[in-house]
Amino acid sequence: MEKPIIKVSNLNKSFGSNHVLRDFSLSLFEGENLVILGKSGSGKSVLIKCIIRLIDPESGEIVILDQDISLLDQDEMDLLRADVGFLFQSNALYDSMTVRQNLEFPLRRHWTKEERAEKAEAAVLQALEDVGLSHTIDMMPAELSGGMRKRIALARTLILKPKVILYDEPTTGLDPITSREINELMLSIQKKYKTAAIIISHDMNCIRMTGNRVIMLIDGKNYAEGSFDELLKNTDPKVRDFFEGL
Amino acid sequence: MALLDKINNPFFQEVGDLARFTGRFFREVVKPKQEWEEFINQCYWIGYKTFSLVGITAFIMGLVLTIQTRPTLLEFGAESFIPSMVSLALVREIAPVITALICAGKIGSGIGAELGSMRVTEQIDAMEVSGTNPFKYLVVTRVLASTVMVPILSSLAIAISIYGGYLGVNLKGDVNWSLYWYQAYDALIYGDFIPSMVKTIFFGFAIGIVGTYKGYNSQKGTEGVGRSATTAVIVASLLVFILDLVAVQIADVLGLT
Repeated sequence: MEKPIIKVSNLNKSFGSNHVLRDFSLSLFEGENLVILGKSGSGKSVLIKCIIRLIDPESGEIVILDQDISLLDQDEMDLLRADVGFLFQSNALYDSMTVRQNLEFPLRRHWTKEERAEKAEAAVLQALEDVGLSHTIDMMPAELSGGMRKRIALARTLILKPKVILYDEPTTGLDPITSREINELMLSIQKKYKTAAIIISHDMNCIRMTGNRVIMLIDGKNYAEGSFDELLKNTDPKVRDFFEGL
Repeated sequence: MALLDKINNPFFQEVGDLARFTGRFFREVVKPKQEWEEFINQCYWIGYKTFSLVGITAFIMGLVLTIQTRPTLLEFGAESFIPSMVSLALVREIAPVITALICAGKIGSGIGAELGSMRVTEQIDAMEVSGTNPFKYLVVTRVLASTVMVPILSSLAIAISIYGGYLGVNLKGDVNWSLYWYQAYDALIYGDFIPSMVKTIFFGFAIGIVGTYKGYNSQKGTEGVGRSATTAVIVASLLVFILDLVAVQIADVLGLT
């Protein structure tokens, strides 16, 4: 049986009395786009922040590329993060830096000074070319549109050539045309770099276009799982409620 | 700190959190691989960009202090004491405290708003995800830069304010620069400079640590950013006065006053 790149087992996380994740488990396999679907506030973003260790879970195990992240010290976790890209819902571009500086920023931790001097320019240009925004290299984030900012954030995620990308609601707040462009971009990245991805979304077009497999997060649990079409045909009342409410 | 946490009082909890934050600063500052480039960048922003404000204020301070004290000293025939009185007051107390208050306003609010905004827009999380230690990159560099630059700004403020005093004397009198400078400088001893310099180091540290603490722990969106900036100024200004009081008492005990 194929070995998962990311394996989450029995994850629990609460905020006060709000038990957001209850024994949640998932496996992500090589080259796969796994969509996590759920209502707002259902804990989708908390889940991927636990995976990248921005939030510590109360219990459970997260194994990324054969490494249990709870056992890693800060330096080891930082090294692992080079293999796991994260696209924030708000893009999280450094607004005091140019696009070039934004893209170069992750390199400073993972590349030596000599490597940066030799290869950073080419890496930045390649990442910008991948998202079709080479001309923005010296612009500030404030000068870019919402869709462009999302693409630049994706370029910054790509610069270290991660094996896995975690997308936190990649199309939220974008118009339908730009959303479609972002979806196509995610697919082209998957194809070109053979990355696996966990995509947090409740945008039906995004799920339909990009997801190879979908998990429904309801009541903090992995409530239903399958392809998008399988879930659409699911007769469980909670699953039906969700799709009919969209 | 654990005791402070047990007391269910927001003030003590805040003090406990600030103490923990300061403790983390000292742990991170001794870890290898410093962010020197960012530190220099922050020194530029904190020092160079605040210099004009500090300089103008210091000049006016020296000028006004001279103009205000001149009539009283004149009444006692002690006009010749103006340079020494002005220099002593400026070196020991006025220039360091006023400089620190200006820095608390400009640097404290600037850092609080900048880091607060970075927190609520997930830029700090993005740094962490990219493998950079945001505490070291954002907090340590700013606190160190503030600790280094506030004493330098204070020293420049002393020099400029003494010059302001010289112009103040000459508005209604005629004292040449050499004589004024000789009298101002002659009244001072190292015991005046050293406590003044030492306390500005603490002022700079307090301004940096409070600004970064408030910004780094900012919450509740844009409202939180505004609150971080405002409370950073208030708490840093209050700390400047408290530290000044402590410094004066210590200097007194050590016989430096």
